Amino acid sequence: MPDLGKHAFVVLGAYVSALAILAGLVLVTWAEARAAKRRLARLEEQMKDKTDG
Amino acid sequence: MSIWRYANPVEFMALSGRVLPPLAVLTVLCLGLGLGWGFFATPDDSRMGATARILYIHVPSAFVAINCWLMMLAASLIWLVRRHHVSAVAARAAAPIGATMTVVAILTGAFWGQPTWGTYWAWDPRLTSFAVLFAFYLGYIALAGAVEDPEKNADLTSVLCMVGSVFALMSRYAVLFWNQGLHQGASLSLDAEENVADVFWYPLVVSIAGFVLLFVTLLLIRTRTGIRTRRIGALMQRLG
Repeated sequence: MPDLGKHAFVVLGAYVSALAILAGLVLVTWAEARAAKRRLARLEEQMKDKTDG
Repeated sequence: MSIWRYANPVEFMALSGRVLPPLAVLTVLCLGLGLGWGFFATPDDSRMGATARILYIHVPSAFVAINCWLMMLAASLIWLVRRHHVSAVAARAAAPIGATMTVVAILTGAFWGQPTWGTYWAWDPRLTSFAVLFAFYLGYIALAGAVEDPEKNADLTSVLCMVGSVFALMSRYAVLFWNQGLHQGASLSLDAEENVADVFWYPLVVSIAGFVLLFVTLLLIRTRTGIRTRRIGALMQRLG
């Protein structure tokens, strides 16, 4: 760990807040993608059942 | 082979599905290397001390924030001229990424500004133009969420994107336009003499590459989600 001296708060604050925001974006993107994929699979199954039956 | 074949959603989903796994791995490697190198293995700057380490997050996020809007402009123009739905979906998918990058750039700039300028915020030309760019991102996202008809939605957001492009460019060149304010000039330039010293420049370039790769990865995932969401809407209509 580098010696950040009196600037430790601003340097670590910048890194921690930025990485937390970016991690949030990645998580939201991943969760939305997963939800859409599952919902589409369910609907396509229903559509298949409707056309088959 | 024409690139326009990827305007076909089926072709786009097939290609992006193949590209995404290696792209995600490359993104993690590049971001880890750039940020790790910048944070742990670069010296303090002679004037700014340890705060120079903020460079490796601040500059890449600002770079992506501006260029994301320009990508949205290109996609919007493709929509307006050629009416390819994938380009409209991609423009819409990029907006939340750009807005997030703008927040990161403003926030890290505020942390950097306090010890450097003695204040977290000032109505400096570049800072102000970034705040306006963020407002345009929010307006774009709100408009994209407010109109249900996909074609009308894409038309309206494309026009808004063209108007906002003035501010995206202004964010990049604000320092040159007004030649005043607290913010310094660009840290990267095609002119080698204007760049920061090599010891800071190399990790910065790797970090920028990592942020660009992160943008592309998230954009592909979000565009795929957008295409699936449209398909869900179409199936819901057919199922009644």
